[in-house]
Amino acid sequence: MMTPESEEQLAEALAGATGPLRVIGGGTRPVGKPVAGEALSTAAMRGVVLHEPGALTLVVRAGTPLAEVSAVLAAENQRLAFEPMDHRVLLGTAGAPTIGGVVAANVSGPRRIQAGACRDFLLGVRFVDGNGRILKSGGRVMKNVTGYDLVKLLAGSWGTLGVLSEVSFKVQAIPEAEATVVRRGLSAAEGVAALSRALGSPFDVGGAAHAPAGLLADEALTLVRVEGMEQSVRYRAGRLAEAGGEIVEAGESADLWRRIRDVRPFAGRAGAVWRVSVKPTDGPVLSERLTAAGLAHEALFDWGGGLVWLLVAERGDAGAGTIREQLSGLGGHATLIRAPEEIRARVPVFQPRPARLAEIEAGIRARFDPRGILNPGLMG
Amino acid sequence: MHIPAPDPAVLARKPRLAERLRAVLPDDAVIDDPTETAAYECDALSAYACAPMLAVLPASTAEVSAVLRICHEEGVPVVPRGSGTSLAGGALPTADSVVLGVARMNAVLEVDYANRFIRVEAGRTNLSVTGEVEADGFFYAPDPSSQLACAIAGNIAMNSGGAHCLKYGVTTNNLLGVTMVMADGEVVEIGGAHLDAAGLDLLGLICGSEGQLGVVTEATLRILHKPEGARPVLIGFDSNEVAGQCVSDIIRAGILPVAIEFMDRPCIEATEAFAHPGYPDCEALLIVEVEGSEAEIDAQLAVIKDIARRLDPVELRESGSAEESAKIWLGRKSAFGAMGQINDYMCLDGTIPVSKLPFVLKRIGEMSKEYGLGVGNVFHAGDGNMHPLILYDANRPGDLEKCEAFGADILKLCVEVGGCLTGEHGVGVEKRELMGAQFSPDDLEAQMSIKDVFDPDWLLNPAKVFPLEASAGRRNAA
Repeated sequence: MMTPESEEQLAEALAGATGPLRVIGGGTRPVGKPVAGEALSTAAMRGVVLHEPGALTLVVRAGTPLAEVSAVLAAENQRLAFEPMDHRVLLGTAGAPTIGGVVAANVSGPRRIQAGACRDFLLGVRFVDGNGRILKSGGRVMKNVTGYDLVKLLAGSWGTLGVLSEVSFKVQAIPEAEATVVRRGLSAAEGVAALSRALGSPFDVGGAAHAPAGLLADEALTLVRVEGMEQSVRYRAGRLAEAGGEIVEAGESADLWRRIRDVRPFAGRAGAVWRVSVKPTDGPVLSERLTAAGLAHEALFDWGGGLVWLLVAERGDAGAGTIREQLSGLGGHATLIRAPEEIRARVPVFQPRPARLAEIEAGIRARFDPRGILNPGLMG
Repeated sequence: MHIPAPDPAVLARKPRLAERLRAVLPDDAVIDDPTETAAYECDALSAYACAPMLAVLPASTAEVSAVLRICHEEGVPVVPRGSGTSLAGGALPTADSVVLGVARMNAVLEVDYANRFIRVEAGRTNLSVTGEVEADGFFYAPDPSSQLACAIAGNIAMNSGGAHCLKYGVTTNNLLGVTMVMADGEVVEIGGAHLDAAGLDLLGLICGSEGQLGVVTEATLRILHKPEGARPVLIGFDSNEVAGQCVSDIIRAGILPVAIEFMDRPCIEATEAFAHPGYPDCEALLIVEVEGSEAEIDAQLAVIKDIARRLDPVELRESGSAEESAKIWLGRKSAFGAMGQINDYMCLDGTIPVSKLPFVLKRIGEMSKEYGLGVGNVFHAGDGNMHPLILYDANRPGDLEKCEAFGADILKLCVEVGGCLTGEHGVGVEKRELMGAQFSPDDLEAQMSIKDVFDPDWLLNPAKVFPLEASAGRRNAA
């Protein structure tokens, strides 16, 4: 395994590479088509470069464990606003997730519906591309439109365009309080309709999920979260609960959202897991259509209904054909997050792209990785 | 500023091009009379002007596609134009180009409150997007100062910000999908009403690409419900340093105001004389606005006022009514006009780390004396996005050049302290030649190679963003 200790060493390693490389952060997210090749780990490039709490700015080396980043921020009562999911429970992996891995996979959590995704808080990247060039985009300031936004391009590129060496973020203050309004026994369609009403209210909802019966509790739970100053949380939760439901606070609320964030209801259970992004009100519609098309599944709805986690049998194509066929009439995309290597090797893990967009993506890869050495084929 | 010489071979094709365009567009949508093309000779960076060879005003995605297909076949450069409010020369034509204006495409296509989005044609103005949904309590968050006039197409091209983006983000954080016409005329759909990219984040790449990768004709935008209320507080200090400290302390306290605006003495004096907002006589003035219910606003302002009091302000004025709020904002909103009363001005928009504010303001003051040109500073302090307004006299020979040199020095200073050349206006032609101060040749090459993928012939807005020398090979090969 190659373990460069600096950006310069990383550039040398990539310039001198003679075959395909598997880029690894913490190795906790084995997603995508399996890649053969020598491992290249970012683990030795770690440490906080700069943290300015008064400017909500954090610059950190890509191999830094997420836990270390969180601890540094928490010491100043701050956090990453986009609430990155920890994939270890769902995927049954061990190791320490890195901040670079979070960026490479554009990992967000329930707060994404309100605050934005990882890519929305990413201010800058430094990386080495497949040519061995040290490149940068963005910086450490919150507003920056200087040149093309390669920051967004690198977020979610799964190490196929370059290996990240340094990332900078806009961070967020940890709010004084949080509370969740919990409604019980709604159908998926009723639950998502309730989430739509909450998200369309003036009460700044920062979490909106629906877990059908058996996933978080015996009954279905529909959850709406608010965060902020204590007084404000009490007021907003109260107003939202006028539509029905009980209010849970602090640790109990946080625990519910951790379980949603990490898709804990599907952890340790047999089956393949899909992550589907649709228009929020289409979440329950998709589930109904899958059932009608004969695909047995369980569904967990986050992002107001727009993020659907599906648990299906690990048979054949793990439902890929049916899911994408039903999705084509709705719009959105499906990614196979958990499945044995054998299935991931033959089923398109990422949503197949229309011809012209596939051509553009291939063109971009050809510029940033002309030799095809960076996680080749991982994204299809 | 250098405008590349027109290609005589392209100019010679004008009659044939006009004829071909008239075959696919209504007669009044093709403008080739030089007295009329003159209307498109500049944008809001009016110091530079160059009339295009032709201008077209398509009314649909299909018409945009037809225009681009023809221009592609004829090898003619195309300059996309929203409402022409760019402060960076983003819509400045070259003499051998076709200006493609999207102003006729301004329809609302879909409003969906349950899913909180609106789909519009890209020529629609920013403010009229909010106008469409505000009766139902919703709004579109990015609010550039030119929002009455500027088009969503231009907002996407430049990734526009505004006063309220400290809380709500800029265009890229509120854009869900686009319909875009490629340089060769093919129409692509990227994103939609769902979140996140299916593959590489092409939407994120297109937003802020200054019309160089494609022409966006439709956009799906995130809309939000308005908060119950908002209230500003005005705080005056006798030094820029202390005002900067106050900004940092507020943010560090965990408060996220929707806006923190900063004005320095030259700007305060100019706006006071122009609009009489009743501002205090002081060195630096902050306008801090928070949102929520009455009780939430009270709680947040209590923290902010505590912080301000500890810093011994010259004035601390909380709005007690809608009228008082309007008066507090009046001066800020008329700042550009007020400076324009004094003289011609050039508005920069470099961004700096918030902690460097006092140092940068001091250096700008010193440089102002060295250059003999006045500067007023009014800017979005919460995110470090500065707006130095350099005063000059367009009728005095040499003044514009002096102003350009002064501006370049300020922007280089922004980069030196860890910031960037432009926070929300874009590079355009204005900052094109300064890109080397922020990016290495490899960085620029990597960005230009993206344009190679989308627009191999470099026909879309070609002479922008990149230093002319750096892009010459690609532009001339076309």
